[in-house]
Amino acid sequence: MSKIRFATVWLAGCSGCHMSFLDMDEWLIDLAAQVDVVYSPVGCDLKDYPDNVDVCLVEGAIANEENLELLRHVRARTKTLISFGDCAVTANVPAMRNMLGGAEPVLKRAYLELGDSTPQLPHEPGIVPELLDQVRPVHEWVPVDIFMPGCPPSADRIRATLEPLLRGEMPVMEGRDMIKFG
Amino acid sequence: MSITTLKINGQDVVTESGKTVLDAAKEAGVAIPTLCHLEGVSEAAACRLCAVEVKGTPKLLPACVTPVSEGMEVETNTPKLQDYRRMIVELFFAEGNHVCSICVANGNCELQDVAIEVGMDHSRFSYRFPDRGVDLSHPMFGIDHNRCILCTRCVRVCDEVEGAHVWDVGNRGEACYIVSGMDQPWGEVSACTACGKCVDACPTGSIFRKGTTTGEKAGDRAKLEFLVNARDKQEWSR
Repeated sequence: MSKIRFATVWLAGCSGCHMSFLDMDEWLIDLAAQVDVVYSPVGCDLKDYPDNVDVCLVEGAIANEENLELLRHVRARTKTLISFGDCAVTANVPAMRNMLGGAEPVLKRAYLELGDSTPQLPHEPGIVPELLDQVRPVHEWVPVDIFMPGCPPSADRIRATLEPLLRGEMPVMEGRDMIKFG
Repeated sequence: MSITTLKINGQDVVTESGKTVLDAAKEAGVAIPTLCHLEGVSEAAACRLCAVEVKGTPKLLPACVTPVSEGMEVETNTPKLQDYRRMIVELFFAEGNHVCSICVANGNCELQDVAIEVGMDHSRFSYRFPDRGVDLSHPMFGIDHNRCILCTRCVRVCDEVEGAHVWDVGNRGEACYIVSGMDQPWGEVSACTACGKCVDACPTGSIFRKGTTTGEKAGDRAKLEFLVNARDKQEWSR
């Protein structure tokens, strides 16, 4: 049997879920033996999301055009997409800007009203991705196969989600250990 | 004392007449999830989480305000009820702004607890992100309307146990919110005795003690039941 092609992506989140992933410590060595890490900000150096990925952990909400573009690639090229952590599942803290209305009032607040010197709106097409009007969870854009809440999900929860997948089974996302938010 | 016999999930149950289905189920050791129910104060039937199926009626009835009747056949955990309960909890999360990771009640929140109980791993409903306020005008406490689920426990505990009636419910529909005094800042309401019963009654992190930070709101909900028992039954210890 060929190895599971494994990826992780980091969208609008603080990378805390990835830090928690690294908290799996020595089990990472076992994991590395069973998967090919084909894309990950903490696991490999490839810049383009490849085809035929088996499992992908998606950290973060969808806040800008770059997030959305990558998410659509991920969905199109991945068998099992896991919404990884509260930002991916609920939009969480990044979505607190939604209460200000759209992207424009958020940018004005951050870069003009609170700008200390030479306040100006960031505008660099092709380099700085445009903000989407609302920050939204992953499943409001693309279908999600497994939801793993938590801010961050503990290393134990991540391991308990991945282990069945390595055996070709679906994890059971139930109970305080697996689905408590926050 | 007259008694009533009924069936709960096929099990014969004998209880005092006039009790609610929720009380009868509790006596029989059948757990029904609740949120707005609070021991020691009247029922509001606001959250609908305790809805049960009763043979002979197509409607789902809230167990907390449905009195037992002779020969009644109640089901408390059918697939239909499980489905509705999960939907209700998802709607609570989608309606307000519940950011567990930065909430004072994280880890000690009844909304979080029922989400786990009903198996909610995400909300199928789009989050509304309403623009709601936070009132920090009181010297000791704060109320964050973003985290409020309108269970009205604070309203009832303040009125019925403390006797101050600081809280009430204002407006209707999506504009509905908990008001203090005559819709004034909490700190300006002279009726407030600063007893803190609303803090203990609140199931979420909506009402809290100032200075409490993430996950620090411990809460003591049993204190209210103790106070009521102390007054009504002269039980002075717990």
